[in-house]
Amino acid sequence: MRVELTGVTVRNIISDITLHASGEVVGIVGPNGSGKSTTLRCVYRALKPDAGTVLLDGENVHKRHDVARHLAALTQESQVEFDFTVAEVVEMGRLPHDRDPSRDSRVVSEALATVDVSHLASRSFLSLSGGERQRVLIARAIAQEPRVLVLDEPTNHLDIRHQLDVLALARGLGVTVLTVLHDLNLAASFCDRLYVLDEGRIVASGTPAEVLVPELIAKVFHVTAHVVRHPTTGVPQLLFDQEVTP
Amino acid sequence: MLSKISALVGVLAVSLVAGVALGPVSVPFDLTLELLWAALTGGTIPADLAGQYHIVWDIRLPRVLLAAVVGAGLSTVGVAIQAMVRNALADPYVLGISSGASVGATAVATLGILSGLGVYALSVGAFLTGLGATALVYITARTSRGLTPLRLVLTGTALAYGFSAVAMLLVFQAPRGEAARAAMFWLLGSLGGANWQSLPVAAVVTAAGIVYLATKARQLNALAMGDETATTLGVAVNRFRTHLFIVTAAMTGVLVAVSGAVGFVGLMLPHLTRMVVGADHRKVLALAPLAGASFLIWVDVAARMLAAPEELPLGVITAALGVPCFIFLMRRKSYVFGGR
Repeated sequence: MRVELTGVTVRNIISDITLHASGEVVGIVGPNGSGKSTTLRCVYRALKPDAGTVLLDGENVHKRHDVARHLAALTQESQVEFDFTVAEVVEMGRLPHDRDPSRDSRVVSEALATVDVSHLASRSFLSLSGGERQRVLIARAIAQEPRVLVLDEPTNHLDIRHQLDVLALARGLGVTVLTVLHDLNLAASFCDRLYVLDEGRIVASGTPAEVLVPELIAKVFHVTAHVVRHPTTGVPQLLFDQEVTP
Repeated sequence: MLSKISALVGVLAVSLVAGVALGPVSVPFDLTLELLWAALTGGTIPADLAGQYHIVWDIRLPRVLLAAVVGAGLSTVGVAIQAMVRNALADPYVLGISSGASVGATAVATLGILSGLGVYALSVGAFLTGLGATALVYITARTSRGLTPLRLVLTGTALAYGFSAVAMLLVFQAPRGEAARAAMFWLLGSLGGANWQSLPVAAVVTAAGIVYLATKARQLNALAMGDETATTLGVAVNRFRTHLFIVTAAMTGVLVAVSGAVGFVGLMLPHLTRMVVGADHRKVLALAPLAGASFLIWVDVAARMLAAPEELPLGVITAALGVPCFIFLMRRKSYVFGGR
């Protein structure tokens, strides 16, 4: 399924964001405050842009009524106070779909198994560690059976193994993935294409090899980077000097 | 889950009969059942039982049924409002209804306005100012982004202080102490005014509200996880919250009009229910009304009997029963609403 942003603008935060993703893993990278999350919020409809359009297979997401059946999102929201069980949280992913108890419970248990949290099913969501919570929320997104997955820093709170797991998982779903990532090396490893945001504007886009070059890293992140090839996968990886550039 | 529901239905049935039988003048259980049966089936009773029939059918039964309706309604509204504003401390009165209603009730009691309505003056006055207060909270809290939980709670709390101040001023200015006492008694909740006429409106509004909320249980679950999450799960958050506001305000307004501001039920029963079945609103909304109905029946029995022939305000008893029970349950490790 194709996601397409055209001239998306939110006053004082992002301006004229135009990007697309279709059946691929697309990453959005950029410094803090560059508008990455705001861009995603426009996609998953938490925010209505002041100008521009967000299209899902050619239709405006703010006018479609079935967006939740096709698009799932992992947000940064985390102030839950209600004591749901893990299974109840994952089952919420079935809300957009017509009820079908046997199918719903099958999808939920498959989703739990996919992110390796089946053993936590009857545990309290609030009693989990940050990493476990993140995986449960990803299971909920999977239970939604989306064709587009929007992820806002999905590797937050996760140790390195689970960071790799989660991104490999998202890739393995075979759906369109639009994800914000802080870690440029993970972005280079898992994304087909990247968009670089700086001060609310897209300043570069292309494959990781095209985008992650020392000149751009210096300009956008104000650090000095050296690009090396990953010895086994060959994807570009960055090494950073300790002192920041002015 | 089904066993819990049937257990609570059983408890409610026993409570209904016990509530009718018990009082300053107790009627034996078997006679209570016999008289109720006769009334429902149109049977005949001996003439010497006419007095007890009058107590059972005309005085106690409407009162017990109203207790059940009010208990069920306040518990359900509490569940919905806690999810709507995502706040463990929210209760049906957090949006200013009870303090708004107290303005009308005290105005009726101390100034004698609406006196043309007779015994209904207090209810009507309370209902009108209660809903007026809620409308004011709604208008004040509303922003271009809709109703946000924290703004709702803050606006409701702040305006409630204002309404309470007006009510207190009215009580303070009242020339007759008796009127002030009547207003105060009403504020703490009482079912003493129950009769067959006051029951239908409250019962219908409460039942309709409970059914509506029960059909929205999954949406309430999503809303409890956060506005953005609910949006991604396909809930139209702003519209849903507005609907919840209207439904809970209408229910609370009617309940306050017939019973005054019975405290603590709408705060405590939702938590008690969650402690037993967890946070899933499909379960909570099935059990909370049943539990609340039985709870308030017994509270009202206590209100009638403990200081007979005087009656105690319901709010005094809900607090006396509820606070220790609540603290005991909350100190169990397994309940985490509001943080470990």
